[in-house]
Amino acid sequence: MSDFPRWKFFLVAIVLVLGIVYALPNAFLPQPAVQVTANRNGVVNQALQEKALYALKQQNIAYQSVELQNDHLLVSFGNPDVQKSAGDAIKAALGDDYTVAFNLKSTVPGWLSMIHARSMPLGLDLQGGVHFLMEVDQNDVVDKQETRYADDIRSMLREKNIRYDSVSRNAVRGQGVAVVLRSAADRTAAANAIATEYPDLSTQDGQVTGDRFVLNAVLRPDKLRELSLNAVRQNLGTLRNRINALGVSEPIIQQQGDSRIIVELAGVQDTAEAKKLIGATATLEYRAGYGTPQQAVDAKNTGSVPPDARLYKDTRGNPVLLSKKIIVTGDQLVDASSGSDQTSGSPMVSVTLNAAGAKKMLDFTTSNVGKPMGVVYVERVVETKVVDGKEVRTPKITEEVINYATVNGVFGKNFQTTGLRSAKEASELALLLKGGSLAAPIDIVEERVIGPSLGQDNIAKGMKAVLIGLGLVLLAAAIYYKLFGLVADIALFFNLVILVAVMSLVGVTLTMPGIAGIVLTLGMAIDANVLICERVREELRNGSSPHAAIRAGYEKAWATILDANVTHLIAALALTTMGSGPIRGFGVTLLIGILTSMFTSVTLTHAITLLIHGHRKLKTLSV
Amino acid sequence: MEIFNHNANVNFLGMRKVSIGIAVLLMLVSIALLASRGLNYGLDFTGGISAEISYQQPVAVADVREALAKAGMEHAVVQSLGGTKEVSIRMQPTAAMLDQGKVNLDKVSAVVSGALQAARPDAQLKSRSSVSSQVGDELRSDGTMAAGLVILGIGLYLWVRFERRFAIAALATEVHDVLVTLGVLVITGREFDLTVLASVLAVIGYSINDKVVVFDRIRELFRLARKAEPVEVLNRSINSTLSRTIITSLFTAITMAALYFIGGAVVQGFAITMLIGILVGTLSSIFVASPILLWLGVSKQDLMPQTRENPELARRP
Repeated sequence: MSDFPRWKFFLVAIVLVLGIVYALPNAFLPQPAVQVTANRNGVVNQALQEKALYALKQQNIAYQSVELQNDHLLVSFGNPDVQKSAGDAIKAALGDDYTVAFNLKSTVPGWLSMIHARSMPLGLDLQGGVHFLMEVDQNDVVDKQETRYADDIRSMLREKNIRYDSVSRNAVRGQGVAVVLRSAADRTAAANAIATEYPDLSTQDGQVTGDRFVLNAVLRPDKLRELSLNAVRQNLGTLRNRINALGVSEPIIQQQGDSRIIVELAGVQDTAEAKKLIGATATLEYRAGYGTPQQAVDAKNTGSVPPDARLYKDTRGNPVLLSKKIIVTGDQLVDASSGSDQTSGSPMVSVTLNAAGAKKMLDFTTSNVGKPMGVVYVERVVETKVVDGKEVRTPKITEEVINYATVNGVFGKNFQTTGLRSAKEASELALLLKGGSLAAPIDIVEERVIGPSLGQDNIAKGMKAVLIGLGLVLLAAAIYYKLFGLVADIALFFNLVILVAVMSLVGVTLTMPGIAGIVLTLGMAIDANVLICERVREELRNGSSPHAAIRAGYEKAWATILDANVTHLIAALALTTMGSGPIRGFGVTLLIGILTSMFTSVTLTHAITLLIHGHRKLKTLSV
Repeated sequence: MEIFNHNANVNFLGMRKVSIGIAVLLMLVSIALLASRGLNYGLDFTGGISAEISYQQPVAVADVREALAKAGMEHAVVQSLGGTKEVSIRMQPTAAMLDQGKVNLDKVSAVVSGALQAARPDAQLKSRSSVSSQVGDELRSDGTMAAGLVILGIGLYLWVRFERRFAIAALATEVHDVLVTLGVLVITGREFDLTVLASVLAVIGYSINDKVVVFDRIRELFRLARKAEPVEVLNRSINSTLSRTIITSLFTAITMAALYFIGGAVVQGFAITMLIGILVGTLSSIFVASPILLWLGVSKQDLMPQTRENPELARRP
C-alpha cells in the first residue's frame, strides 16, 4: 500500500466526518415565522411578547414557539397560511411603533450553530419574494456636481475680486462649467484660482469674442468615475438602512456592475410597500435654531409662527422652531460615525462635511456659539391614490428634527454632536445622517415577484430531481462496474454530502439553477470513476495482476482526470464571472462540485478499494 | 458487464472526409438558422413582462392566447410549463400596464389576471416579472464574452499542457459543438433564457472534458509507440476510450433526463440544452476532433517531453 500512505486514510476519514457535520443543518427545515422589531418609539420586552401572544390567542391562532431576543421577537408557526393570518393579527394589535415582517426560524440544533454549521440560504425562486434590479442615475451625479461647481466658482471669483460676466453650466451634460471673463489677465487669474481651489477640475481656454473671454472648467474623468462609484456605494448604504427598517430577514442588497443594485427580499409579496421605501428620497438640512423652547410651544398652541422661522416636530413629538435659512444640506455631508466622547464618555456622532459645507458651517458657527442648531430629516414619498377613478399622485413630505443641540464652539469640516441619550441612539443618528439621502435617483429596471407556492413547488421538484438523478446513476454504475461501481456509488453519495457542506460553509444561496448545477455535477463526477474502472479493466486485459491493475489504473487515469477537470474548471470559472443571478449561482455550484468530485472520485474510492482489496490475495477483480 | 467489445477497431479516421463534411454542413446549417430564424430569446434578453399562471383544471394554450387577445394582448407568447395546468405568458407591456412610462407590476397582474379570469375563473397568477430591454442587450454581450473567455482559457491550457495543434483542434470542435447546439435550439424553438445560456456554457465544459480524455490517450500512445503512424495511433486512441466516452455520456444524460422530467419548468430548458450538447459533444469527440488533429499534422516528435527536444539542453554534456 506504499502508493497510498496512511495519512491519506486519516485525511479521508476527517473530510467525511466534517462533510457530514456541515451538511447536516440542511436537513432541518426552517419554520415560517413572524418577526417583530421596534421602530424608534417601540421597545422589545416581555410586555410586547405578551401583547403579541394575546392577539394570537384572541384569533385562535396556534403558534409553535416564541423567542425573545434583545432587538426582536420571533414567533414561529406550522405553515405559511397560519403565518400570514398571524402576521395580520400581530400587526393590528401592535400598531405603528413596530415593524411586523415574515421570516423563517431556523430549527438547526444549538451544537451545530456553535461550530458555525448552518444551512444554505434559499434563493427567491425557492422561497418566494420580490427581486429588484435598480440602475443608479449617473446623469444626475454629473448634473449635481456641475451645478455645485458652478455655484462654488461663482462665489470664489467674487471673493477673490476677479471680475466675471457669467458662470454657467455648458449646455451639454459632462462638458463642465463655462466661465466668461472680461480680459485675458482675468482669465489667467481665474484659471489659477480654480486650479488651486478645486484640484478636481481641469481648465481650458475657450473662445474669445470681443471682450468675452471664455474659460471651461471640466471635472477630471477619474474624479467623475470616483464620484459615480461613490454615488452607487452611498445608495447601497441608504437602501440597506431603509430595508433594515422593513424588518425583512436577510435581505440581499448588492452592487452589480458599475451602476446597478440588486435588492432581493424573501417572503415579501407586496411590491408597493417595498417600492415606496426604495424610491423614497430623503435629505438632511442643518438649520439654525430659533428662539426659546417656550416660544416653540407657544407657536404650536397659537398657530402663529414667526415669519423667518418654521415649526417642526422632533422625534418625541415636541415642537421645535428653526430658522428658515438652511446652513448645510445632507449631500454636503461626507461621513458620519458614532462613538463616545473622550472626555465625558457620553455617546456622540462625529460628522465630516465637504469643503463647501465646511465653509458655510464655519461662517455660521463663528457668529452663533452658544445658540442651538437643528438637523431636519426630510423624506419625500410619492403616494398614488385613486380618486374618482383617476390616479392622483401626491408627494408626501415628512419632516422631522432628528437632532437639536447647542453649538459649543466654532467648527467647520469636522464636528461632534453630543447630548444623545444612548449609544443606540448615536449609532441610529449616524446611520440616518450617512444614509439619509440617496446620492442619485434610482430607476427600477427589472422586477420579479415569485409567489411562495411556486417556491415550495420548485424546491420539491428540485429535491426530487437530485435524488432520482443520483439514484439512477448509482444503479447504472453498480450494474455496469459491479463492486467497483458500488465503491464509486459510495463516493458519489459523499460527493453530494461534501458539495452541500462546502456550499453551506461558503454561504452559497441555493437557487434552481444551482440545483441544476448539483445534478450536472453528480452526472459528471462519475466520469472519473468511469475512467479509473476502464483503465483497471484494460490493465487486467493486458495481463496485469489485480493489485498491479488497481495501482496502474489509478496512476494512469489520474493524469487524464486532472487535465479533464482543469479544463472543466476553466469553464466553470468563466461562468462565475458572468455578473450575478442564475448563471453565477450555477457556476459557483459547478466550481465547488468539480473540486469535491476530484477528491471523492479519486482519493476516496482509492482508499475504499484498498481497504477492500489491500491485504488479500486476489485472483480476479469485480469490475 | 460490458456493452462494447474492447477489441473493437473501427476505422474512425477512414471516414474522416464524410464525418468532417457532415460537421461542416451542420455548422453552416446552424449559422443559417441562427441568422434567419434566430433564437427564441426569453424575457431576460428581450425585456418586457412575463407571468406564470396556474389553473385548477387543465387548460389549452390556445384558449389562454384567445383570452389574452380578447383583452387586447394579441402579441403575447403563451407557452405551456410542462403540464396542462400551468402556462407562462411573455409580452411587451401594453399601455394599461404602464405607470408614467414605467411598468407597474401590480397593474400587470391586474390586467393579466383580469383578462384570464374573465374566460376561466380558476386562473391564478403565480409570479410576474418585468425586465428592461437594456439589461438584455448587456446580457447578450456578457454571454458571448463568457463563451469567448471559456474557449480561449481552455485553448491556452491545452497549448501549454499538450501542444498547439491540440489546442486548435479542441477549439475548432468546441465552436462546432456550440453552434450545432444553438442550431438545434433554434429548430426546437425552445425559449433561450439565462439558464439555457448557462447550459450552453456548461456544454463547452462538458464537451472539452470529452476531448481531453481522447487527446490524453493520443499523447500517451504516441509517446509509447516506437513507430507511430498517426492514423493508427488516433484510431487506437478513439477505440480504446470509446467505452468511457459513451458510458460517461450515458450517465450524465441519465441525470439530465431526470432533471428534464422531474425538475419542473425552470430547469427544463437547461436540461434539454445539456442533453443536446452531450449528444453533439460525444459525436464530435469521436468523429470530428481527431480528424482535425490529423489534418493539422500531429506527429510523435511534437509530443515527446520538451526537455529532450530542447536543443539548448541537448548541447550540454
